[in-house]
Amino acid sequence: MTAIPQPGAKKLGLVIDLDTCVGCHACAVNCKEWNTSGQSGPLTDFHPYEAKQDGVWLNRIHTYEAGTGTESRTVHFPRSCLHCEEPACVTVCPTGASYKRAEDGIVLVNAEICIGCKLCSWACPYGAREFDEDQGVMRKCTLCVDRIYNENIVEAERVPACVRACPAQARHFGDLGDPDSAVSQLVAERGGIDLMPEMGYKPVNKYLPPRRRPVPAAPARPLEPVPTGGANALLRWIDRALSR
Amino acid sequence: MNPAFSVVFLTTAAGAGYGMLAWLGVLDAVGVLPRSGWFGGSAVATALVLAAAGLLASTLHLGHPERAWRALSQWRTSWLSREGVVSLVTFVPAGGFGLAWALAGGAAPVTVVLGLLAAVCGLATVASQAMIYASLKPIRQWHHQAVLPNFLLLALYSGAICVAALVVWVEPTAERTAGGVALLAGALALAGKLGYWRAIDTAPAAATIESATGLGFLGKVRSLELPHTEENYLLREMGFVIGRRHAHRLRQIAIWLGFAGPMVLLVVGVVADALGGGGEVLLPLAALGALVGIYLERWLFFAEATHTVTLYYGRAA
Ligand code: SF4
Ligand code: SF4
Ligand code: SF4
Repeated sequence: MTAIPQPGAKKLGLVIDLDTCVGCHACAVNCKEWNTSGQSGPLTDFHPYEAKQDGVWLNRIHTYEAGTGTESRTVHFPRSCLHCEEPACVTVCPTGASYKRAEDGIVLVNAEICIGCKLCSWACPYGAREFDEDQGVMRKCTLCVDRIYNENIVEAERVPACVRACPAQARHFGDLGDPDSAVSQLVAERGGIDLMPEMGYKPVNKYLPPRRRPVPAAPARPLEPVPTGGANALLRWIDRALSR
Repeated sequence: MNPAFSVVFLTTAAGAGYGMLAWLGVLDAVGVLPRSGWFGGSAVATALVLAAAGLLASTLHLGHPERAWRALSQWRTSWLSREGVVSLVTFVPAGGFGLAWALAGGAAPVTVVLGLLAAVCGLATVASQAMIYASLKPIRQWHHQAVLPNFLLLALYSGAICVAALVVWVEPTAERTAGGVALLAGALALAGKLGYWRAIDTAPAAATIESATGLGFLGKVRSLELPHTEENYLLREMGFVIGRRHAHRLRQIAIWLGFAGPMVLLVVGVVADALGGGGEVLLPLAALGALVGIYLERWLFFAEATHTVTLYYGRAA
């Protein structure tokens, strides 16, 4: 059913820290690995080992430069489904293949009934849905629904694959509907934001903006010049060897 | 947006078909079309063939055409589903309309009732088709109040000119009425389209790279590195740029081929018929020009549309 259910208390989602993300693509790779072999697989790749590679990814990592001059920053930016509270991607779906779960707010595609009309991908402002040309169905982030409730894997693994993979702990998973949850606290503390709020989709996932760097009180002191003349030959040799 | 043949053809052909149906219903009700069952039956059949061709073409771009019937289920929320339902429902009164006209003759009470019903259903189909596009917020050129009237007027224009092109073979006086409504609808459709083009050229962007990334507080944002080195589905489907590069010239061609040319041919054809003949060739030519021009206009409607996802790739939306 493509009607949006009454919002439940539970809103599972991700919190992505743009301050600590190092842009390594580990989350995207682990996402691909888990999901291509899991319940929402395959995520087909065309020409995987030659020019014109073309495949489905549920998570993509951009890199931006923000600001100018000394204030400018390089910011790595993972982009995946935000499990919106007003997901037009769901309401436009003519078949009911796209749906939002009442119990935890996860937005999913039922590949068994998707006709591959692509309309949902047009309706998503964030480009979170990718069409699998080979399977003829739409793919999107599942919030790793087949991990987070999976009792066949050890408890530590019951988090999304991308969260598990992140070496910088830039990705956090939890219940954003509960104001006392760790993720909600983090969002409150760091001033987490919605992407493109003007679209009105009310994303559940939040992004933590990069921290402002402290402005140095005084310009850094220039390095002291290294004395060259007086030192003996051994010290000069050590100096040369170390500065190689 | 990528102007896939199937959707461009669907909206052009189905628009003309359902537009024809609307005019056949209305003009027959006011009694200005030939009563001949042969004319009525074949005119309604032509309209339905156009509509059906469009609907069949639209299933071509589906990943799973064999599941197309599932698209009829979500009419409560989805305009695409509503379009599917109404377009099929239309065939019931429309089929009856054609049959009644063929058997009971034009302007007979049963023909009029079924014809008006078919006209309403046909226009409702075109309206739901327009709403599929008009309801998509991420695409500012579609999420626009001019889109619904544009679709309706273009369907009415192409429908009227097709009716005129058929009727000219049967009854010259009826051709004048049909030609007249085609001229009027054409003028309104062209004015609407020019207004739409001006509006989308001057409208502000739907969002910015700053709001898309949330990094605006640091200053201007620019894309430094893309997630992938090759094209992907998003860029192919949502980042189509050829249309925008040639937009100006293509718009001119659409105006001349789809509106100015056919409207001149219409007038010349009707005058030529009054003086002796020639409309049988000129009016169908006008209809053909209008259909090709509207196909181009619809291609541009897709090709010129931009999607907010391209902001993430450092492009305008
Ligand atoms: S991010 Fe896109 S795909 Fe995900 S719920 Fe929101 S609109 Fe739908
Ligand atoms: S592509 Fe599939 S999931 Fe998306 S709108 Fe069409 S039927 Fe629904
Ligand atoms: S939650 Fe799972 S499916 Fe979604 S981006 Fe992370 S790894 Fe991929």
